[in-house]
Amino acid sequence: MDFSYSEEQQMLQDSVQKFVQRHYAFEDRRGIVASDAGYSAEHWALFAELGWLTVPFAEEDGGFGGLATDLMVLMEEFGHAMVVEPFIPTAVLGGGLLASLGNAAQKEALVTLMEGGLQLAVALYEEQSRYNLANVCTSAQRDGEGYVLSGNKVLVLNGANAERLLVSARTSGDSCDRDGISLFMIDMASAGVYCHGYTTVDGHRAAQVRLDKVRVPASALLGDEGTSFCALEQAIDRAALCVSAEAVGAMDTLLHKTVEYSKTRKQFGITISSFQALQHRMANMFIECQLARSVVLMAAMKLDSDLPDAEKAKAVSAAKSRVGKAIRQVGQEAVQLHGGIGITDELDVGHLFKRVTAIETLFGNTDFHTRRFAAL
Amino acid sequence: MNPSFTAEERQFQQQVREFLEAEFPTDIRHKVDNRIRLEKDDYVRWQKILYRKGWVAPNWPVEVGGTGWTAVQKYIFAEEMARIGAPEPVAFGVKMVGPVIFTYGNEEQKKRFLPGILESTVWWCQGYSEPNAGSDLASLKTTAVRDGDHYIVNGTKTWNTLGQYADWIFCLVRTDSGAKKQEGISFLLIDMKTPGIRLSPIYLIDGTPEVNEVHFDNVRVPVENRIGEENQGWTYAKVLLTHERTNIAGVPRSKVRLEKLRELAAKAPDGQGGTLLDDPLFRSRIAEAEIQCLALEYAELRALAAVSVGKAPGPESSILKIVGSELGQTIDTLYMEMAALQSLPYVPEQFSVDFQGEVIGEDGAASTALTYFNNRKASIYGGSNEIQKNIICKAVLGL
Repeated sequence: MDFSYSEEQQMLQDSVQKFVQRHYAFEDRRGIVASDAGYSAEHWALFAELGWLTVPFAEEDGGFGGLATDLMVLMEEFGHAMVVEPFIPTAVLGGGLLASLGNAAQKEALVTLMEGGLQLAVALYEEQSRYNLANVCTSAQRDGEGYVLSGNKVLVLNGANAERLLVSARTSGDSCDRDGISLFMIDMASAGVYCHGYTTVDGHRAAQVRLDKVRVPASALLGDEGTSFCALEQAIDRAALCVSAEAVGAMDTLLHKTVEYSKTRKQFGITISSFQALQHRMANMFIECQLARSVVLMAAMKLDSDLPDAEKAKAVSAAKSRVGKAIRQVGQEAVQLHGGIGITDELDVGHLFKRVTAIETLFGNTDFHTRRFAAL
Repeated sequence: MNPSFTAEERQFQQQVREFLEAEFPTDIRHKVDNRIRLEKDDYVRWQKILYRKGWVAPNWPVEVGGTGWTAVQKYIFAEEMARIGAPEPVAFGVKMVGPVIFTYGNEEQKKRFLPGILESTVWWCQGYSEPNAGSDLASLKTTAVRDGDHYIVNGTKTWNTLGQYADWIFCLVRTDSGAKKQEGISFLLIDMKTPGIRLSPIYLIDGTPEVNEVHFDNVRVPVENRIGEENQGWTYAKVLLTHERTNIAGVPRSKVRLEKLRELAAKAPDGQGGTLLDDPLFRSRIAEAEIQCLALEYAELRALAAVSVGKAPGPESSILKIVGSELGQTIDTLYMEMAALQSLPYVPEQFSVDFQGEVIGEDGAASTALTYFNNRKASIYGGSNEIQKNIICKAVLGL
C-alpha cells in the first residue's frame, strides 16, 4: 500500500502551487470574477502551456494519462485559491465526454482543447431533472440525415463562454428511461440556440440554454444513438470527484484561516484560541477535513483501478456524500468562529464558504449521493 | 393548565386577521411573496398603518403607547403577522431603544423621542459593537469626553444595520476609562446629522450593503441626550439585549416557512417522476425541523407565560435565541436543498420591483443560497450563540 504522490504528481502539485502563489491572491481572483468573461484568458493559455489541460486525458488521446488521482492533486490546489477558470466544464466534462464518445474526427477537437483554443460547455440538467441524468425532456428528432433539437437546459457551466455545447437529448423512450439518451456536440452559434449567461453565487459562470428547433447534421452525434447514459454518468462522476478534491483544498484553507484568526483575535483580554469550547470545535473541523481527504483519495484510487463500474460509482457517491457533510460543518464553523467578519464580502473566508456550499450542490448533492450509495 | 385559546382569544385572532387582510398594503405583500427587497418607504408606510391602529408597539406599557395585550394576544398577533408575511416594525426603535427610553429616560426624553418611534417619523439604528468589541462588548473603546454641556464622541462602531436609513443612533460610549470596564459606559442618543459622523458600508457575502461602520470624529452630543446616569449605560444595555432576545426565537416565521416548504416540496420534482416530499431523506428532515419548531414554540410559550405573571425575561431567552436562530438556519438549508441547482444563479436584479427580464428559477429558488449565506449572521448577532451558552452556564447552571 502506498499513498504517496508519484514524482509526476509532485511536479504537478508544485507547478499549481507556484501559479496560485504568483497569480491567484484573493484580490486577483476578485478582479477575474468581476471581468466580462469571468475567467482569465491569460491564465487559460498558461494552463495549456503548463500542460494542465492534458491531465484529464489518456496518453492515446495525447493526454497526461487521465488518472483521477492526478486530477485530485490538481483540483485540491485549485481549491485552496478558489480558481474560477472553467477547467471542469471544458476539460473534465466536455473533453471527457468527447474522449469517451467521440470518433476520430470528432476527437480532433481535443488537440485544440489541450492547446487552450477551445471552450466547451455541457448541458445535461433540466428544470424537472434534479440530478437524474436519465430525466431528459429535450428531444432530438430525426430529420433527413440530421436531427432537430428542442428543449431547455439549466445551470450549464461556462455556457456563455463556450464555443461548442455538448447537450443530452432524447432520441427515444420515456422521460426517465436510461435508454434513448443521445449526446450531441453543437456550435453555440447555431440558429435556435439561446444562451442566457449569469454569474453563480460562488463567482463562477453558468447559463440557461434554450434550444429551439436547432438543426444539426448527423456528424453532431457523439457515440451511438440512444446509448450515452453510462458515459454521461461517468463524466459527471469524474466531475464530482474533481469538485470533492477542490473542496478538500478549500476546507483546508478555511481551517487554516480559522485557526490563525483565533490566535490573533482577542476578546475578554485573551485570544479566542484560548477557549477550550472553541478549540474543540476547531479540532472537529480538522477531523472533518481529514475524513474528507481520506474519502476523496479512496474514490480517486478506485476510479483508477480496474474495479467494475458499479464499484467506482459507489466510491464516488461515498466521497461526494461524505465531503458534503464535511462542507456543512467546516464551512459553517469557519464563518461562526470568525464572527461577523466571516460573512463580509471583504474577507476570503466568506467566499470559500460560498464555493464549498456550491460544490455541495453541484453534480448531485449529499442526499442524492447518499441514496445512490445505498442503491448501488 | 390549558393550551388552547379562549373564545375571546379566538375572537381577537379573527380581528387581527381581518385587519391584516384589509390593511397590509398589497404592493408590499406582492414584494414579500416574490422575495423583492423592501425599501425604507415600505417599512415606514406599513408601520404608520400599524401606528394608526395602535398596534405598532405591542410590548410597550399602555401608558407610553403599548396595546395592553396579554402575552397570548401578543403571541397571536406575531403569528398572524408572520402568516401574511407582514414585516415586524424595525427593531431598533420599537424593540430596542424605545424600552430603554421609557424605562430609564426622563420625562423630557420620553416626550421628545417616543412619539417619533411610534409614528415612524424617526428611524433608529444601533451603535454597540466595535471592530475590537464584539462578544466582549464591554471592552468598547468609543469615548465620550465631557466639554461643558456636550460630550465629544470619538471612535468607530460596526455591524450597524441599515444605518444608511437612520435619523438617530443609540450608542454605548466610554465615559470613564479608569473604571472597571462595565462601569465606565454611558448610553447616548445621537442625531445622525451631527457633523463628524461618517458611514462606510460593509458588503455581506450575499452582495448587500446591509451593515455599516460608523465613524465618529469629534462629534458634539448634548449632555441632555444621555439616558439615565453617567457610567450606568451597561445596565441599560443589558435590559435592551434581553428585550431584543425575547422575540428572537422567530417561531411564527419558522412555522410559516415550514408550512410553505412542505407545500413547495409536494410540487417540486424529485427527478425520478415523483415529488421531493416522497423522498424519505428529505421528508424526514422536514419532519425533524417541524418537531424542533414545536418544542421551541412551547418553550417560548412557557417563557411568555412566566413574563405574563410578572417575571422579567431571564436567561431562558438565551435558549430561545440559540434554538430559534439554529432552526431558522436549518430551514434555510432545506430551502436551498429543495432548489438544488436552481439555488446557484446569482441574479439579485430579478428580486427588484422593476425587473422585466427572464426570471431564472421558480418560486424564488435563486434566492435560497443567498438567504442561507446571509442568515449565518443569526447565530452571530444579538450576542453570539457562544455568548448565550456562557450566559446559561453562568446564570442558570452556576458554573
